[in-house]
Amino acid sequence: MIYEVAIDGKHYRLELERERGRWLCRLDGREIQVDAVLARPDVVSLLIEGKSYEIKRERTATDMHLWVGSARYEAVLRDPRSLRSRKGGLADEKGPRKLVAPMPGKIVRVLVLEKSEVEAGQGILVVEAMKMQNELKSPKKGIVQKLAVKDGDNVNAGDVLAVVE
Amino acid sequence: MFKKILIANRGEIAVRVMRACREMGITSVAVFSDVDRASLHVRKADEAYHIGPSAAAESYLNISKILGVAKLCGADAIHPGYGFLSENAKFAEACAEAGVKFIGPTAASMEIMGSKTRARQAMEKAGIPLVPGTSRGLESVQQAEEVAERIGYPVMLKAAAGGGGKGMRLVHNRQDLKSALEGAQSEAQRSFGDGEVYIEKAIVNPRHIEMQVLADEHGNCVYLGERECSIQRRHQKVLEESPSPLVDPDMRRRMGEIAVRVAKAGNYTNAGTVEFLSDQHKNFYFLEMNTRLQVEHPVTELITGLDLVHLQIRIAAGEKLPFTQNDIQIRGHAIECRIYAEDPDNNYFPSPGKISLLLAPAGPGIRRDSGMYEGWNVPIDYDPLLAKLIGYGTDRQQAISRLVRALNEYFVGGIKTNISLFRRILHDPDFNAGKLDTGFLDRLLKTPPEPAKREDADVAAIAAGLFAMLEPGAISSSATALPANGHAPQANGASSSWKRSARLEALK
Repeated sequence: MIYEVAIDGKHYRLELERERGRWLCRLDGREIQVDAVLARPDVVSLLIEGKSYEIKRERTATDMHLWVGSARYEAVLRDPRSLRSRKGGLADEKGPRKLVAPMPGKIVRVLVLEKSEVEAGQGILVVEAMKMQNELKSPKKGIVQKLAVKDGDNVNAGDVLAVVE
Repeated sequence: MFKKILIANRGEIAVRVMRACREMGITSVAVFSDVDRASLHVRKADEAYHIGPSAAAESYLNISKILGVAKLCGADAIHPGYGFLSENAKFAEACAEAGVKFIGPTAASMEIMGSKTRARQAMEKAGIPLVPGTSRGLESVQQAEEVAERIGYPVMLKAAAGGGGKGMRLVHNRQDLKSALEGAQSEAQRSFGDGEVYIEKAIVNPRHIEMQVLADEHGNCVYLGERECSIQRRHQKVLEESPSPLVDPDMRRRMGEIAVRVAKAGNYTNAGTVEFLSDQHKNFYFLEMNTRLQVEHPVTELITGLDLVHLQIRIAAGEKLPFTQNDIQIRGHAIECRIYAEDPDNNYFPSPGKISLLLAPAGPGIRRDSGMYEGWNVPIDYDPLLAKLIGYGTDRQQAISRLVRALNEYFVGGIKTNISLFRRILHDPDFNAGKLDTGFLDRLLKTPPEPAKREDADVAAIAAGLFAMLEPGAISSSATALPANGHAPQANGASSSWKRSARLEALK
């Protein structure tokens, strides 16, 4: 199996091949023998040249991180054969941008009016969750096209709260 | 002794009290809100009853519902834990009227200690050292200006009914006093329904040190040593330890004796904590008394060898303290880290959600009081405290190194926690030298964290591929779209982790 891996933005080509109960890895052409055991879901134990590593995988909806010791690495894995998934892309900076609730909570204050001009980073509304208030800021400079919530509304993670264009 | 105790709380403290009940052969009763049906305290209780919607005001703060459950199940005592109804004199009174023993002080002593100005007046009468200032609410800006002139700037304005930093203002000069006073009064009114604000001299680089006391209902009262609680953020404690690196045996004795006098002045019974503000020259002043079991009580338990919850229950049952002051020995050193569901990369904003992976530390000198488990969904409705990790050693250095080791074993996946913050604190040279004050954490957080060692990126790359090979079917079960702000939600239906990763990569 061949993967393209990015760790903290640095790209690697990784070839994995089973070989007599172990794994032969070629990392950017460099050969490394690895003994790997999946200890439980999201935890893998690796032995590499006698050194023992316990690696934890953490997946949120948007990203994957691997923990080696107390260091956390952002990891992106791609099978180069799936070119199809390279389509699409980030919403254009110039297009409308949505302000989305990062977590469930309650709107405690709306700081701007619909159709008002806002700067990038300007506070648009304040959400309260777990007794803490967090100001959500405009993702770009533009005009508040739509305010989908008002003071006191309960929102769920992922709800669109406002659109800035 | 009681046969059945209702625990009017949730989270780690409810579990902690239930464990004591189990150890003492007492039946424990949990109460829970809608969102807490699957919470750990319900699983650990002998009996559990639903008390209402998730909002605390309709469940954990609902006195009549809780007393209704107590009556229904035949509980003969209620332990309030901390927070919620623990310092509510009306609740203590309602328990007494309902014939259920409230495990804590009487409503009357809670009322004295509950108002900061009333407590100051009582302590003034008892000759307790107070921070210079007024013991009554300020009546006018002129009065505030006169007092500030007399005690000297900087001064601190504080809400009489306050707590958690609400209605509090630090004022450096006369020009700022008027607007600060008005701000503090309106915030106090909004937060506590009481706009009374008083003034105190601000102590420069203060340390927050508190003394644990225990009083039975027969007039005996002892102190169990201090806790240093100077490491705070937004006036919330983050890490506590005992003994304090500042306090020597003489200061401990002086502070302890004053704490006992404070307790006696308020006719205090059961476990309580007297808070002091101390300057760096060991001058200390009475701040307030907390009329409940504290979050940080385990550090005191470890250095004294006592179980405070057992003792609370015994005292409430009318037993005499089984020891005197001379019997209490302090041994070793203990430090507690409060593990919160907070995102260190997003200004420590709460991070609720599902715990996808939980690896817990163990081993010598480690105690973990936890309210979470793997697969549990941390609700947004309550305080984000998940667990407390306490390290114990023969001395402070050993306690620190054990905690550092245990923090490396501790892993909470799926949500963000402040575990990395404790690594920073425990490695900090000032912390290691015991040079603490309440500004410590703000200063630490202003300096960017030392970049972590990135030497294992190759290992991470190999692991990324091996995870995909060894656990091919595993896609994130919590893969509900949680898009970053401003990004269009991604397409659903990713069928494997690499496809998902590929999509994410394409989205970048």
